[in-house]
Amino acid sequence: MKILTGNDLKSGAVTWWTGYDWSIHVEDAVDVGDEADAIAAREEGARRVNAPYAIDAERDANGGVRPAHIKDRIRALGPTVRPDLTLKPADPEAGNWVI
Amino acid sequence: MYRYDHYDQAMVDSRVEEFRDQTRRRLEGKLSEDQFKPLRLQNGLYLQLHAYMLRVAIPYGTLSGAQMHALADIAGKYDRGYGHFTTRQNIQYNWIKLEEAPDLLADLARVEMHAIQTSGNCIRNTTSDHFAGAAADEVVDPRPYAELIRQWSTFHPEFMYLPRKFKIAVIASQTDRAAMKLHDIGIRMVRNDAGEIGAAFYVGGGMGRTPMIAPCIREFVPVDQLITYSEACLRVYNRYGRRDNKYKARIKILVHELGREEYTRQVEEEFAHLLTQGIEPPLAELERIATFFADPPFETGLADDVDRSDPGFALWLDRNTLPHKQPGYAIAVISLKPVGGIPGDASVEQMHLMADLATRYSFDECRVTHAQNIVLPHVRKADLFAIWQQLEAAGLGAANLDTVEDIIACPGLDYCSLANARSIPVAQKISRRFADTGKTAELGELKLKISGCINACGHHHAGHIGILGVDRKGTENYQLLLGGSEGDDTSLGKITGPGFDEDGIVDAVERATDVYLARRREGERFLDTYRRVGIDAFKEAIYG
Amino acid sequence: MVELLRFREDEPVADPAVTVDAFLDQPDARAVRIEPGDDVSVLLPHLAHVQLVEVNFPVFGDGRGYSAARTLREAGYAGELRAVGDVLLDQLSNMRRCGFDAFEPERAMDPQAVQAALDRWPHDYQPAADGHVPIWKLRHG
Repeated sequence: MKILTGNDLKSGAVTWWTGYDWSIHVEDAVDVGDEADAIAAREEGARRVNAPYAIDAERDANGGVRPAHIKDRIRALGPTVRPDLTLKPADPEAGNWVI
Repeated sequence: MYRYDHYDQAMVDSRVEEFRDQTRRRLEGKLSEDQFKPLRLQNGLYLQLHAYMLRVAIPYGTLSGAQMHALADIAGKYDRGYGHFTTRQNIQYNWIKLEEAPDLLADLARVEMHAIQTSGNCIRNTTSDHFAGAAADEVVDPRPYAELIRQWSTFHPEFMYLPRKFKIAVIASQTDRAAMKLHDIGIRMVRNDAGEIGAAFYVGGGMGRTPMIAPCIREFVPVDQLITYSEACLRVYNRYGRRDNKYKARIKILVHELGREEYTRQVEEEFAHLLTQGIEPPLAELERIATFFADPPFETGLADDVDRSDPGFALWLDRNTLPHKQPGYAIAVISLKPVGGIPGDASVEQMHLMADLATRYSFDECRVTHAQNIVLPHVRKADLFAIWQQLEAAGLGAANLDTVEDIIACPGLDYCSLANARSIPVAQKISRRFADTGKTAELGELKLKISGCINACGHHHAGHIGILGVDRKGTENYQLLLGGSEGDDTSLGKITGPGFDEDGIVDAVERATDVYLARRREGERFLDTYRRVGIDAFKEAIYG
Repeated sequence: MVELLRFREDEPVADPAVTVDAFLDQPDARAVRIEPGDDVSVLLPHLAHVQLVEVNFPVFGDGRGYSAARTLREAGYAGELRAVGDVLLDQLSNMRRCGFDAFEPERAMDPQAVQAALDRWPHDYQPAADGHVPIWKLRHG
């Protein structure tokens, strides 16, 4: 699947396109098919996102979304060297998802 | 250290208001991201993997206690409780909100600091010798010249849109502690046969994709022509530096393609013209600046003896303190490289402690080194034990300066949008490996540097052992380099062969050090043995 | 909104600006246009009768025009020096410092915003082509 990601213009937080809004959770990302450019242009124009781009990802059996490239998995979770600052600070296995 | 007068303060305050206005226009949609990006970069604000990142300038790495306290406060107020000291003597915050950045800059301005030109295609923060004013071997204190260059390069109207970024380093001793020849301009202050001070200009060095050691283009620029000569170097670059290819846009490519002689000829021609333009500040200005860098009121008659009865302290004393020009004093280096830690990171509490130590024990001054450590430049030897105890209690007591544990590492793919691979986990595993095997002390001086991409912020080309992270079909891969040095004997490391995965590179580093331990002669460092025996013996051991 | 900003008292020259190559063939032309890659020094012998030099900025991030402007002013050129093309509000102040005294931006600008941008800086660290007294001179007289 193709998903759309960017950073929130004001806060810089990593966000994912959910079909109608932006979420900080990659699980909320939806397949944008070939609509990525159109959505990106519209949302960037409305200043709801900064520097959006489309990436390849897979939906796994548990409903999670796994970006194809490690860079975007690190964006989705947070820095692997600071688990306390990631989106899953209580999950000691979270870092394994990145690698 | 240098203090702002009302002119300096007015300029920095105006910059804060300018950026506040620019940020407002961006948030209102009056500036596109393409238009805003160079403006925010010239204020040190990047968009990184997780958030905006702000890089704060620490001119020639020098901070007062109050300034270090302010950096700690900012880490707590605007960031997530820590900061990262960089290889360019600056500090970076990783979790900044665009809408709060103007307020952050206003807080910085209150302690005479800023983020001006810490990014963008302009003249960046000028770096210098982190032992300036304390080292016994300097010809003159380099910092007044660095400050003169800071003022000249700040808001320089002609050089805000250069072909690429531009980094200047100034040193003033034979021992190069600032990797001067790996800068766009490296300046070494020297004394000529007549006893006059001048500047030797090395132009066109750099790391990155095409590492080059800067050639000397002039042995002696009189001190009252320093700025004029710099302006000539920059103008030739601004006019003729390549703009067709980002990867060939640094001045090193221009100097390389024109040749040193032709580049020098053009600079000299421009210099002759600019001498007629009256752009050089008077010597009185240099003297005004120099008064801020006068020696602090050192006590005399202090003993040089130190009680070494605590073995942990004795280790730190041997490893992390250096001789000072003043009897009874030492230079103490606080390692930001705890075993298994993140190189260069410091928490709010640690920054506050370092600020307090600077104020209480080091004439209110500390320094950031390009190796991502903190220096207390002027410490009474009698105070070293008390300092060490407080550092130990705060997790800052690592006795590993210039050892294999004292690793330079860029933020890598954990934070940086340019990175291809993570740097920090590799640094953590290597420091743990050598701490666990107990070989660190035996290996002695060993400079290990890790970059997460070809841009080389981790100075991998200049490491005795260098590691470069690359992206191999979507997985992290690490190349090993040997034989680099950034010191007086500057050299560029050579790649040993095929790359490794994360655990493989740690093993490869250990095998390289085993070759050294087996083959070294009396008094040789890793680098010396490598240079004597050559790369093949190391390759054989590494790839077997 | 204004499309041509001028900081000169004289009347603008009406002649179309010619390229540097064309100018060298007809050195009596009064208006010439410089592209970023042009060597401005070839104009220096002919400046006496030139009344308008346009410096084109095809993209605002290409800063060669700043050096071209200063080189012309340092050679004594006193005619109109006009920045044209991708000229943006946040670059005006530095362009003025480098000797530009007219601007023809692709998109018209709000005069109030222009004034605010030009009034931004209380002082200047370096001398340039605008005659401003640098801070070091204010400090030492």
